[in-house]
Amino acid sequence: MTRDHHLEGLTVVAMSGGVDSAVAAALLVRQGVPAVGVTLRVWPSQRPVDPGERFDSCCSPAAVDDARAVAAALGIRHYVLNYEAEFDREVVQYFTDAYLAGETPNPCVACNARLKFGSLLNRARGWGATRVATGHYARIARDPASGRLLLRRAADPRKDQSYFLYSLSQAQLGAALFPVGHLPKEETRRIAAELGLAVAGKPDSQEVCFAPKDYRPYLRQRAGAGITPGVIRDTAGTVRGQHQGLALYTVGQRRGLGLGNPRPLYVIDLDPATNEVVVGEDRDLWTRTVWVEALNWIAVPTLEAPRRVLAKIRYAQEAAAAVVAPAGGGGVSLTFDAPQRAVAPGQVAAFYDAADPDLLVGGGTIRRQTAAPDQGA
Amino acid sequence: MKVYLDHNATTPLDAKVLAAMLPYLTERFGNASSLHAWGQEARQAMEAARTTVARALGSRDKDTIVFTGGGTEADNLALVGVALAQQAHGRHLIVSSVEHHAVLHAAAFLGRQGFEVTRLPVDAEGLLDPEAVRQAIRPDTVLVSLMHGNNETGVLFPVAAIGRICRERRVTLHCDAVQSYGKLPLDVEALQVDLLSVSAHKIHGPKGVGALYIRRGTRMQPLLHGGAQERSRRAGTENVAGAVGLAAATTLALQDQAAAAERMAELRDRLEQGLLAAALGAVRNGHPTQRLPHTSNLAFPGLEAESLILALDLQGIAVSSGAACSSGALEPSHVLAAMGQPRHRAESAIRFSLGRGSTAEEIDRVLEVLPPLVARMRRLHSGGHAVSGQGAAAPGRPRPEAESGPEGPPGTPEPRAA
Repeated sequence: MTRDHHLEGLTVVAMSGGVDSAVAAALLVRQGVPAVGVTLRVWPSQRPVDPGERFDSCCSPAAVDDARAVAAALGIRHYVLNYEAEFDREVVQYFTDAYLAGETPNPCVACNARLKFGSLLNRARGWGATRVATGHYARIARDPASGRLLLRRAADPRKDQSYFLYSLSQAQLGAALFPVGHLPKEETRRIAAELGLAVAGKPDSQEVCFAPKDYRPYLRQRAGAGITPGVIRDTAGTVRGQHQGLALYTVGQRRGLGLGNPRPLYVIDLDPATNEVVVGEDRDLWTRTVWVEALNWIAVPTLEAPRRVLAKIRYAQEAAAAVVAPAGGGGVSLTFDAPQRAVAPGQVAAFYDAADPDLLVGGGTIRRQTAAPDQGA
Repeated sequence: MKVYLDHNATTPLDAKVLAAMLPYLTERFGNASSLHAWGQEARQAMEAARTTVARALGSRDKDTIVFTGGGTEADNLALVGVALAQQAHGRHLIVSSVEHHAVLHAAAFLGRQGFEVTRLPVDAEGLLDPEAVRQAIRPDTVLVSLMHGNNETGVLFPVAAIGRICRERRVTLHCDAVQSYGKLPLDVEALQVDLLSVSAHKIHGPKGVGALYIRRGTRMQPLLHGGAQERSRRAGTENVAGAVGLAAATTLALQDQAAAAERMAELRDRLEQGLLAAALGAVRNGHPTQRLPHTSNLAFPGLEAESLILALDLQGIAVSSGAACSSGALEPSHVLAAMGQPRHRAESAIRFSLGRGSTAEEIDRVLEVLPPLVARMRRLHSGGHAVSGQGAAAPGRPRPEAESGPEGPPGTPEPRAA
């Protein structure tokens, strides 16, 4: 077999059309790393765009053009890959199924693990490349003692995205590059401006890319038949009203319930078995112990004993002190020192080391606890 | 070593063609419709070019040639022009299901204007039975439009036999010969066609110019309205340099036609046999002999054409997955679908299209690069998502099965239909 000399160390940069992946590509080019850019086209190329909707988030047609322009400016090749079917199957369907099951999904986690560092990495290897780089804010390091690859928070704590990357395996981390992980966001923008990249001033994307602003209309359109109305009960078991379908509610939600009550009522539970929404007062939203499954460990091969950690149960939240402990059935229990508000099943729980808060120990998916509900604070 | 095997998408401009065109882009810039010396010079070049193209198609009458802005415009002029002019007589058209989009989408446009369009099927090898045309013709049929050589598979249609039938039934016949022009002999009398489309950039001419042969007496309407250029069949200032380029490219192609066809067919077969023999699980699409000499379409079931094309490009080898217009969109090929192929097999098909400058060294380079690349991709593919973490981010769902392995002989039932 001929060796692909010019492909030695080729890195495929997943370019979303945003500033972070643009600068990631630029930094690699600057370092002399052979790189090609790819953009995953996750929508039909002729997707009718609602004229009122500003659809230029990640991977939209406009974003594809932006990525192409950046690659041209950097002098690297750029390919648009058709990820329509795969994105639908691996991300959108998971997102839909999770909501229908009363959970709050994390589509970015699925997209990272299954697409960018799943099938894209696999494809890249087929092309002869060895690595996939993205514009994520996180850092990879090797633990000299254990030899394991570690995932650490980004240098810029405001931008850290290690939470969304908790599920990467050692093999995936070994092939991943996060060139902007050590940069403050301002520095990323400065580099983009310095290179004259047109995307330098683009706003950060914050929303679910395929359902900007509000996911509910999208969900209705996709899974309308699976969205079944049911009853709303309070904690005493009294029926308080009707809901339009579990998928349209999230734990902690207060608005849009249409219930008259002297004190504010919140969604505290979504029960897929009975298709019931349970509401309660603010104090019913607080819990100390959370059940976590579908685990992935990064800093350690597995969790053998209870361990003090700093845990995050949603992206936009400070990590809080807790103890994570092995439990039966392949899950772990996560017990916080102080009660946490509105824990939503389906969301990721990420565990950071108590002594080294930048180090991601591992994480998993929060599951609704059916056996021994612990609602008390 | 760079290897360009995407000549059905476009070809490099021949230096001789450029040399012929240059004066008409510079000092001989006149408007061919002007009365003065500048105009006369341009007019002369235009009419000489017209004569060259007419003769290349076996027409003794240069005024049967209308220059257009390319093959797509020629096809649109043929379909829409005939349909509008003859609609009092009938509103039914016949095309095949494997035509280029320039014909299919023009027919669909007419369909939305109230015309009825019959799309004739092809068999598994891409062939069309002329008797199917006879059976499809109705009293209200005004146009049959069928291609000469298919752009994706190279498969040739029996145009002469279809021509006889259309003449018998007095139905206008259009033939999209964009891929055959310059590569195979074309004679509008032998083929008995009334309209025939050609393009310059497929034969080392410039982009943006083509021509439509229109038999005398064919009832048509123009698409573009304005001045009386092209005998009022195509308004707009004449693209003199373009017409000269088309003529120069035509002359060059005809000079070497038989020898070039033989050479390209030999290289094409060397490539095809090499790949089919390399135990890559490759399968040929389209009839093995009844096709253009320079086109090969091979499927690699279980792999994705998109990935293969990209990997080859990284090695400096240009191929495509079918019509270039479809690449980027990468909709599965309508041609392969019409040949009855399941979507996943169609999505694994690559088109190699040679040019008259293709060399044995280039073919050997592909034979050196492609087999190990296919083997590697098959290995990774059968490993599936081996790189995925054990802790799935989301509830696990069964993944689609790995597709047929490299050992799967051609013709085995395909494992999945999705």
